[in-house]
Amino acid sequence: MSTTYRTCPVSGLQFENHAEKLMRWNAVAGVLWLLVGGITALLVILTRWPAIKLLPADQFYLILTAHGIDMLILWIIFFEMAVLYFASSTLLRCRLAAPKVAWAAFWLMVVGGIMTNVAIFQGESSVMFTSYVPMQAAPHFYLGIILFAVGALIGCGIFFGTLVIAKREKTYSGSIPLVTFGALTAAIIATFTILAGAGILLPTLLWSVGIIREIDAQLYRMVWWGLGHSSQQINVSAHVAIWYLIAAVVFGAKPLSEKVSRFAFLLYILFLQLASAHHLLSDPGMSAEWKVLNTSYFMYFAVMASMIHGFTVPGAIEAAQRRKGYTNGLFEWLRKAPWGNPVFSGMFISLVSFGFLGGISGVVLGTEQINMLMHNTFYVPGHFHTTVVTGTTLAFMAVTYLLVPVLFRREMILPKLCQIQPYLFGISMSVLGLVMMGAGTLGVSRRHWDMAFAGAPFQYEWPGAAYLMMGLTGIAGVIAVIGGGLWIVLVVGSLLFGKKLDGGKVSNLPTPIPDQSQAASAVAHGQEHVGVPGTVVLALLLFVCFVLYYFVNWKYLSEVWLLS
Amino acid sequence: MSAILPPSNRLWWKQPIDKVEWAWIAIAFVWGMVMFVMMIYWHIYGKQNLSNEAYKTTPEMFAAKAEKFIAENTIRTETDQNIPVVKVPDNGEGYLIARLWSWYPILELEKGKTYKIHLSSMDYNHGFSLQPVNINIQVIPGYEHVVKMTPTKEGTYAIVCNEYCGIGHHSMLGRIYVKK
Ligand code: HEM
Ligand SMILES: [Cu+2]
Ligand SMILES: [Cu+2]
Repeated sequence: MSTTYRTCPVSGLQFENHAEKLMRWNAVAGVLWLLVGGITALLVILTRWPAIKLLPADQFYLILTAHGIDMLILWIIFFEMAVLYFASSTLLRCRLAAPKVAWAAFWLMVVGGIMTNVAIFQGESSVMFTSYVPMQAAPHFYLGIILFAVGALIGCGIFFGTLVIAKREKTYSGSIPLVTFGALTAAIIATFTILAGAGILLPTLLWSVGIIREIDAQLYRMVWWGLGHSSQQINVSAHVAIWYLIAAVVFGAKPLSEKVSRFAFLLYILFLQLASAHHLLSDPGMSAEWKVLNTSYFMYFAVMASMIHGFTVPGAIEAAQRRKGYTNGLFEWLRKAPWGNPVFSGMFISLVSFGFLGGISGVVLGTEQINMLMHNTFYVPGHFHTTVVTGTTLAFMAVTYLLVPVLFRREMILPKLCQIQPYLFGISMSVLGLVMMGAGTLGVSRRHWDMAFAGAPFQYEWPGAAYLMMGLTGIAGVIAVIGGGLWIVLVVGSLLFGKKLDGGKVSNLPTPIPDQSQAASAVAHGQEHVGVPGTVVLALLLFVCFVLYYFVNWKYLSEVWLLS
Repeated sequence: MSAILPPSNRLWWKQPIDKVEWAWIAIAFVWGMVMFVMMIYWHIYGKQNLSNEAYKTTPEMFAAKAEKFIAENTIRTETDQNIPVVKVPDNGEGYLIARLWSWYPILELEKGKTYKIHLSSMDYNHGFSLQPVNINIQVIPGYEHVVKMTPTKEGTYAIVCNEYCGIGHHSMLGRIYVKK
């Protein structure tokens, strides 16, 4: 298929025509699902807020099912498709492999997403996004997810194909950029993940129409989390790649060491597959040895990888800032960072919140014995709202401030509001995560409509602190919804009404990435080594918090009934 | 040069890694090992480990055993639904059924004694969430989980269901008495 290439005058990025359209449509589809997810979020939070308790029980469980699917699957993965096309076609200045197939993939995902939502809103599929058997949803609930997943799988194939074309047509020389490498990691994990998903959802679909008689409930949980957990690794890889991207664009930062950063991505691929185990730590059907092996050996290498990125991303920024002369004290580089630029502030809040809240709580939650203190409590959604929301979602929001001008050629409207949006959303969501974890530590259950247990034969009175935490959850949650809604308004508003920007030169041939290896490596060698003491201090702070919180939880555990 | 361009140094894997980076990698690695050892340590010396004892079962088989246990050990009934209160006998073997939407029966335990509580579900997944102690265990249909537990304090405890199990999920509340 013939195509054209546009070079953005502001960023110098080069967009191939088909890839550009696909990125736009996938991103827009993602934003629309975020809108649906945001409305469900508001309904969920207003119901869990004990003082309000908005929805009746059946509607609450329905809406919560929709919230999980629309946010975790539809919003995130549509956006990730755009990221994959960007990291391959745009960063490598290469035409997209098989654009027609890529469109087919997009429409499959759209149809699948709508089908599953129809099933949910018809009311017969309030099974939560985990859909544990033997609770059964309507067949088109599963079918929709399968179609969506097939579409996403094809999208990954297009990404791989584009890398091959770029290599063959020599649009770049040497190795692919780090960001593309991170996206490659995400795509490889996605491929595994979707295959695991097929392994469980296809039989479940057949079961729901009566062809298969029974699916073992424990087996389902094990295979399902092969999909459910690994897919979170896609998100981590994608948002870490975006952190590097933003550091590169905003600061011209280069990785401290390509070797270390790439190696850390590789660890994600090697060691995250089996971390599905940490969802089964309080299950009957698995041995303790299996649990310990799969949560430690496998998971801790991936934790190590995240700790490495958590060091090298701010380290790269610090080094770049110090090269520019911000060398006073430990933190001048950080103080003088562009805090008014939502691209940077969003990325940095994402990094800090993901590291300090999401990362630490995740590892503690994933410790075999400690898991018993938190399994299925409100702690769990508290934890993942500081990973997949303040981590992934906020990183995606931040990069969008960058993409609207270059990809959609529109100026962002209302720049003052753009400036505050990452703070509003990032901080309230971090607080939301914290108070949810607080409520969970006090035992409050997740996916639970009534803290007063209406209709139960007995009473149980939660401690007052638990009600306090749930009230704070309500307040922080409403602010977070406002912060997220503001982002949607700003983005959609800019797409519709933002000042049109010059698209730049269009040509029929791509301009290859200039071969900079000779000249630039001479520069690199001549460049003086800069230390990153500020990052070291931040990293050590993280480490101290981590160690303290980890052992505090062992202490809590030692105080409960004896179990063996 | 930067993360969005191909690395300027083609032989980037030959670039030396900075000392600080090595140090951080070492810290992360050692910390991972510490956390690994902690879990094993707790299996040996810790007093809170989830039992490994589980069997495949069916709702019918499990219900039959539980009904026998209830018939032999009921000491009274409570509430207008006449839920049996069952004193777990001296051999310590007790049964707890999870089903839509109740925990059945009410168990009576003694402080400091060790029990083997058999847990299973008759239908969907359920979540055994003992409050206010805050111990949480997944209950899965088709699996009989034998959990050894020793109450450390007397009192009246609630069993909240914390795995979503349908429209009555939030009314699924059970009870355990711990006597001196
Ligand atoms: C915009 C503000 C948001 C608020 C106020 C919010 C609030 C909540 C709350 C309170 C729960 C727990 C409900 C319960 O267990 O009873 C929940 C669940 C969940 N949220 Fe959010 N959320 C928001 C955004 C997001 C985003 C952006 C994502 C994903 C990218 C997300 C993914 C999920 C998932 C996967 C669940 C679990 C659903 C389940 O248990 O089946 N949320 N949310
Ligand atoms: Cu239940
Ligand atoms: Cu339940």
